[in-house]
Amino acid sequence: MNAKLAFEDLKLEETREAVVVESLTRTQIVQYAAGSGDFNPIHHDETFATKAAGYPSVFAHGMLTMGLTGRLLTDWLGDGVLRSFGVRFVRQVWPGDSLKATGRVTRLEPGAGEGLVEIELVTSNQKGEPVVTGSATAVLPRRG
Amino acid sequence: MADDDGHDFYVDRTGILLFASALAETNPIYWDERYARTTPLGGVIAPPTFAISSAHWNPDYGLRGIRRIPASRPRPPAPEGARREGGSGGGSLARVLHGEQRFEYHAPLRPGMKLRVTTRPGKTWSKEGKRGGTLRFSESVSEYRDENGALVVTATSVGVLTEKAVEQ
Repeated sequence: MNAKLAFEDLKLEETREAVVVESLTRTQIVQYAAGSGDFNPIHHDETFATKAAGYPSVFAHGMLTMGLTGRLLTDWLGDGVLRSFGVRFVRQVWPGDSLKATGRVTRLEPGAGEGLVEIELVTSNQKGEPVVTGSATAVLPRRG
Repeated sequence: MADDDGHDFYVDRTGILLFASALAETNPIYWDERYARTTPLGGVIAPPTFAISSAHWNPDYGLRGIRRIPASRPRPPAPEGARREGGSGGGSLARVLHGEQRFEYHAPLRPGMKLRVTTRPGKTWSKEGKRGGTLRFSESVSEYRDENGALVVTATSVGVLTEKAVEQ
């Protein structure tokens, strides 16, 4: 939402973190299923997830965690500035988990009138275990 | 366009609202047109991962729950062992995980856009996993183009087929 962030406002190795969910509910997972269209029962059907699939419970869509991680980027860098956003899903996210997303500026490339920024991303659960790792690039306006 | 084996994806404000709500978004750029008009973007846009919800419009999407529309062409039968009591879904669904996802953006998605989504297979590889037995990876690359044929978003997805439940 910070539409006014300029390229000059960022420093190399600068970090930003945000709690993107506290104690994830099954309701939010179901809302995400409806929003995204992904109705794999492993994300909403407890019986299927435990008895048929052998998991301890339902778990969140990877894309829900990616979407939550995206909030860190857009709240920090602004709207409509991303050029790429990619993640690996390294660990499942379970109901009750709390997630913190962290971004670190790893590259700043000034250009004419705008500059390219690269951000390294890690989203971790309440035990400090990474659930998503990745990176994003954005183009920000230069000041002046 | 109709014979490109893709599908249309209509971006609309309700779809964006539902998607943004599920992410617990608080940014009014996703629903408040009056606010959005005051920003350099000039109107409501979709969150960065919204392109994934084109699944709603994909007649071949295998995880659509009980939805029978859109049915622009007959769906292929579910693979053997992937059927489940009551219809869609199934055993193999428990073994397929989402490994990676990447988006490349050329323009924000906005309400009113009619996009054409075409998907092609990418690389495939396998490796021995510590917790899930042999893991088989397969990539698929989806291009989202506007009505002029301009590329708006490219989405690359890596699926992982596991031998057993992966507990991490």
